[in-house]
Amino acid sequence: MTLTPVQFRLNGEEKAEFVPSGTTLIAMLREKIGITSPKIGCYQGACGACTVLVDGEPQVACLTLAETCEGKSIETVEGLPKGTEFHALQRAFMENYAAQCGFCTSGMLMSAKALLDKNPNPTREDVIDAICGNICRCTGYEPIINAILAAAGNRGPGRSSSRSA
Amino acid sequence: MIRFKKDAFADERNDDLKEVGVTRQRSDAQGHVTGRTTFYDDHKVPGMLHLRPVRSPHHHARIRSIDTTEAERMPGVVRILRAGDVPRNIYTVLELIGIGPADEPALAFDKVRYKGEPIVAVIADTMETATIAASKVRIDYDPLPAVFDVEEAMAPGAPLINEYHGNNWYSYDGKDHQPVRMGDVERGFADADHVIEERYQMSPIEHAPTETQGSIAVPDTDGRITVYTNTQGLFFSLDVTALILQVPSNKLHFIGGTVGGGFGGKVDSLVEPLSILGAMLTGKPVRYLLTREEEMQAGPPRGAERIYIKDGVMNDGRIVARKMRIYVDAGAYSRLTPYGAVKAAAHCPGPYTIPNVLCEARCVYTNRTPGTAMRGFGVTASDFALEIQMDKLARLVGMDPMEFRILNAYRDGDMKAHGKRTSGAALIECVQAASEMANWPIGEKYKAMSSRQGGGWSPSDPPAPPPQQPSAGQPARPAVSSRYASIFGGRN
Repeated sequence: MTLTPVQFRLNGEEKAEFVPSGTTLIAMLREKIGITSPKIGCYQGACGACTVLVDGEPQVACLTLAETCEGKSIETVEGLPKGTEFHALQRAFMENYAAQCGFCTSGMLMSAKALLDKNPNPTREDVIDAICGNICRCTGYEPIINAILAAAGNRGPGRSSSRSA
Repeated sequence: MIRFKKDAFADERNDDLKEVGVTRQRSDAQGHVTGRTTFYDDHKVPGMLHLRPVRSPHHHARIRSIDTTEAERMPGVVRILRAGDVPRNIYTVLELIGIGPADEPALAFDKVRYKGEPIVAVIADTMETATIAASKVRIDYDPLPAVFDVEEAMAPGAPLINEYHGNNWYSYDGKDHQPVRMGDVERGFADADHVIEERYQMSPIEHAPTETQGSIAVPDTDGRITVYTNTQGLFFSLDVTALILQVPSNKLHFIGGTVGGGFGGKVDSLVEPLSILGAMLTGKPVRYLLTREEEMQAGPPRGAERIYIKDGVMNDGRIVARKMRIYVDAGAYSRLTPYGAVKAAAHCPGPYTIPNVLCEARCVYTNRTPGTAMRGFGVTASDFALEIQMDKLARLVGMDPMEFRILNAYRDGDMKAHGKRTSGAALIECVQAASEMANWPIGEKYKAMSSRQGGGWSPSDPPAPPPQQPSAGQPARPAVSSRYASIFGGRN
């Protein structure tokens, strides 16, 4: 079996792995490295539970080949806290009851981070658009949307401006 | 937003509560937002093997032959499981509480009865090898006519689906249905101002949890098997598995409780028996999970239901007779449906007091995917049908639908069709609160009514007659509470 070397940054740290050609990013993260926050819900890019950031863009890790991540920066939920400090999104998800079973939460958090990194003042519509690829089958979308808006410190105005829009 | 309607039943309740109504952090929230909540598939086990089942492409077929030689020859294939490897292959989950007959194979051998039914399980060193090897198993089928409709399945001459029952229905004490009877429904129809009958159909509903069903079975050093699983019923699945594998339950150590969405769909113990059997026969850890496609095709849904409701209603809004015929589609095997159909029967005629009730609830076998629990199963479909029926009846007699429900709602002390008196009723208060929140005005008379015994009673109403005494050989015609009688003008 041909092994392909991949060098990348994972949550800010340099990493190097040898993977069989065709290995998915989710398989490399979960099975080789032991990063288990991205979940496998469908393995067909439909549920978003495996969402990670690749160079700041949200990507479904189940349809991303590990070898295409050469030289790129990968972010997962494991990299969200700064030391013992939770990320604003993590705090907001806890305070706003935005996690029920928890299986979609990692993907939601990463899609939300990609949004807030680019747009610190999103409207409600922006938030809905950002998580449209993440399925929450416990149907807890409202608290998730509110948590993301709360993390942006934009809960009130974001809501009203989007309604009048 | 949660609003507490504290004025209702205030005198019956101790409001000196420490936790109810107080916002508390979820105990699992930190695990969820840090990605550290450990789901079953997050357990990393060295040397793990992977199990892939071979599933039936037919809805109903006789199995003529099974040839696994090509699959066995594939490098990486460790073991192939067939029906003969399962110590007690034929089982049913409710055997645990004494409800039989056993009617389902863990691995099919003579017949398949639904599309996606597992027949053979291939265990290999990687998921890819197991998947490819499974595709090399040759099974020769003799397709049989399939039935997908509950009433067609009940009709004379329908193909027999599940031989363990001998009929296409579950037998309740020798009958093809679970009956519930109160009063005389035919006399009620004869006395009614209007009689209408409607038909309702609810499709199967897939739970579609984001995390599919799965388990990892790991042989331990003390002769036990440790099982990481996402079953919703940890000890239920443990006991079902012990039954199928004929091992004492203390040989199985189930670790779970963390479920990535269940909604009732993860109680059938479909994955644990095969992964554990694989671990026992190979001595290695075995992982068996459903792919998304399998979860949708072979994972059990909420079963379909067809419901006929015939009602007799008076011009003043009183429902005087209700007859329900309920067909619950079990799919090919019982699982929990015999119980679900009993729930449907017990729920008849809904949260309303109706003096004459007849219900026949059937658990019917078809060639659909076996149904299972899902959020109030057995009752949910009935409520869908009943509440649409209530709107139709309100329209028929020209009443406001909220007021119509309050008028007919059960009160504490009212006799229910299954023979127990109502207690703790709160439907009227819920309808009143809903009308208030929805700015849907209801009349003062209805605002004043309550679910309590005597609630809605006014001294100007004529007193209720004494309850009828049951005569010999006749089932008791339950008494109707004085409040109910007074609201309805003392007719009863």
